[in-house]
Amino acid sequence: MPDTTQALIDELAQLITEGLNLDISPNEIDADAPLFGQGLGLDSIDILEIAMLISKRYGFALRSDDTDNTRIFSSLRHLATHIAAHRST
Amino acid sequence: MTAQRPFIDADWHQVLLYRPEGSVTVGQFQSEAMSLAECLAERLGECTAERLDSHQFVVNICQDRYHFMVGFVATILAGKINILPANDTPAALSQLMAGEPRALCLHDQKGFTPPYPHRLYPSGINVPLRAPCKPNLDSAQIVARVFTSGSTGAPVAHDKTWGKLVAAIQAGAQRMGLDTRPMNLVGTVPPQHMFGFESLVLLCLISGCPLWSGRPFYPADIVAALNAVPEPRMLVTTPFHLRALLDAHLPLPKIERLLLATAPLSRALAERAEAATGAPLFEIYGCTETGQIASRRTTQSEDWALLPGIHLNPAPVNLGEHLFIAQGTTIETPTLLADRIQMQPDGRFNLLGRTADQVNIAGKRSALSYLTAQLKAIPGVIDGVFFLPDAAPTQAINRLCALVVSPSLSAQEILSALRERLDAVFLPRPLISVAQLPYTASGKLPQATLQSVLDAHLARTSPPPATWYIAEDHPAFRGHFPGYPLLPGALLLDWVIERAAAEWQVPSTALGIEQTKFLLPVRPGALIRLILAPIATSAATHRSFSVLVDEAVVASGTLHHRSPA
Repeated sequence: MPDTTQALIDELAQLITEGLNLDISPNEIDADAPLFGQGLGLDSIDILEIAMLISKRYGFALRSDDTDNTRIFSSLRHLATHIAAHRST
Repeated sequence: MTAQRPFIDADWHQVLLYRPEGSVTVGQFQSEAMSLAECLAERLGECTAERLDSHQFVVNICQDRYHFMVGFVATILAGKINILPANDTPAALSQLMAGEPRALCLHDQKGFTPPYPHRLYPSGINVPLRAPCKPNLDSAQIVARVFTSGSTGAPVAHDKTWGKLVAAIQAGAQRMGLDTRPMNLVGTVPPQHMFGFESLVLLCLISGCPLWSGRPFYPADIVAALNAVPEPRMLVTTPFHLRALLDAHLPLPKIERLLLATAPLSRALAERAEAATGAPLFEIYGCTETGQIASRRTTQSEDWALLPGIHLNPAPVNLGEHLFIAQGTTIETPTLLADRIQMQPDGRFNLLGRTADQVNIAGKRSALSYLTAQLKAIPGVIDGVFFLPDAAPTQAINRLCALVVSPSLSAQEILSALRERLDAVFLPRPLISVAQLPYTASGKLPQATLQSVLDAHLARTSPPPATWYIAEDHPAFRGHFPGYPLLPGALLLDWVIERAAAEWQVPSTALGIEQTKFLLPVRPGALIRLILAPIATSAATHRSFSVLVDEAVVASGTLHHRSPA
C-alpha cells in the first residue's frame, strides 16, 4: 500500500531530522537517496541514534546480522519498508 | 636491556577466541597465524608477483576480530610491523598507503580492490593444526604503529614495542582482577583504535581473556554477542553504546565487568549501568601516544588512579596551566597530555577538561586547528573555521560546527570534499556559509562570537521540533518524584505553547491554555508529539491540542490565541 509507505516515510523524515538535529527540513530528504555518505551524510553514530528512536516508536530492535542490513539504510524508502514489515506498534 | 619471552604465553589447548562457529584454541589460532606469516614473508599473494619481503608494514583493516588478530600476530611472526590506521575512509587509506610504499593492506572485504598493494584475508582455508610451540618475541621489537593527527595537520606516527604493551596490559588486568580471573570479552570498539587494541586484542593475547570475534553494533547485537560467550563476561564499550544498550531495555545475560573508555562517562550513567547489570564498571584513561595510564571506578570516585609505573610531571609553565607530561615504564616517550589535570595529594588526579584546541566527538579525537586546516585546504574555500558549540541538551553527541567563506562552492560540495578528508564524526553540523569570518580587531575568533553566529543561524532555520524526546536524565526528573520520575505538567504545557506558536507563526506570548487535562504520567525516555486541531463549534482563535506518547493521549486541552489573527 503506497499510501501507508509514504506516510511512514514522512513520519521517519521528521523523526530523523528532529532526532538528529539535522540542518534541513523533513521534506528536503530524498526518499530514494542513500542515508550514509554522499546522500544525507549520516554516520554510524546517527544510525545508532535512529535505531534507538525506531525501537522506541515502532517497538522492534534492529540487528546488524539481518541479511537485509545494508539495504535497510540504503534509503528512507527501504527503511520505511523494513519498519512496516517488523513494527509491533 | 631487552628480553625474550614467549609471544603467546598460553596453553596450546586453551580457548583464545569465540567465533559463531565455535571456540578457537591457542593452537588453532597460532597455526593459522604461522601459515599466514609464512605467506606474508614469502610473497604478496595473488595481487602481484612482487615479493613481500619488500613490505615492511601491514595495514590491518580487518573488520572481524579473529581475522584482525590472526593478521596482527602473523605480521609480527613475519618480522613486520602492524600499522593500525586511525581512520579507514578510502581517502585516508589511500593517503596512508601513498605515504608508505613499503606497506601492504590486509582486509577481509571480498570485492575490495584498492589501487595499492593489498591482500584479502585468506578465510575458508583449512589450516592443519601444528605441533605445540611457543615462539619467542623480543620485548624491544616494534609490533605496531599508530597515528595521531598532529596540530599541524600531518599525521604523527607512534611506534609500540611489545614489552611496554605487555607491561601496560598486565597492569590494567591486575587493576580489574583479570589476572587471577580472566573473563570472556565482548567489545563494540574497533581493534585498530588504542582502546580496542589494548582492551580487546591485547587483553586476549596477553592476559588470556577469550574474545568474541564479532563486532556488535546495535543493542540487540550486543545482547546476542554476550549470549554467545560463556560466563564470566566483560563488556568493553563506549558511553554512547552503553547508553543505547540501557535505553533498549533488552534482557541482559549475567555480566561480570564493564570496561569503558574514549569519552567522559557521567556518574549517573555509570550508576544506571551498574544497577542494570550488577557488574562493577571500570573506566580507562589514556591516549594513543601513551596507551592506558589510569583507571577509576566511576560510581565510587571522580578521581583517576594511575597504573603502576606511571608518573605525571607538571609541564613547563609556558605551555599552560594544569598541563602534565606522562611518563613511565609502559610509555614509549614522555607525552604532554591533552587534558588539563588537577593532581590530588594522594597521587590521584581529576580531569578539568580538554585544552581548547582538542575535541572528542563520540570517542574520536582531533584538533580544531587540524580540522580548520583541512577545510581551508579545499580549493575554492577562501576562509573557514571549525569550533565546538555549546552542548545542545537534546543531543546525545555534541557535534562540531564550521563557518566557511566560499562564493564558488555549495555547502554540499564543501561537505563532499571534507568527507574525503575527515572521519564522518567530525563533519560540521551545521556548515554555515558566511560572507566573512567574525574576526575581532586583533584578528581572533572568540568562541562566544562563533557561538552567536550559530545561534542566529539556528533561530533562522530550525523551528522547534514537533516531537520531543524526554531524555532519561532530564533535569526535571530530579526530585519529581524520587523513585517515580514524572515530567512536570507545567513543562509539558510550556512545550505545547512553544510548538503551537511555531506552527501558527505567532509569538508564544500571544498564546494561552484555557483548559487542560493530564490523563497519563509522562515518564523518562518518552517521545511525545503534539496534534493541533480546529474546534468545529468554536472561533478560529481556539484550537484543541492532544499530547501523545506512542498512540496514547497523555494530555489534552484547548489553546487560545489572544489577539485574533
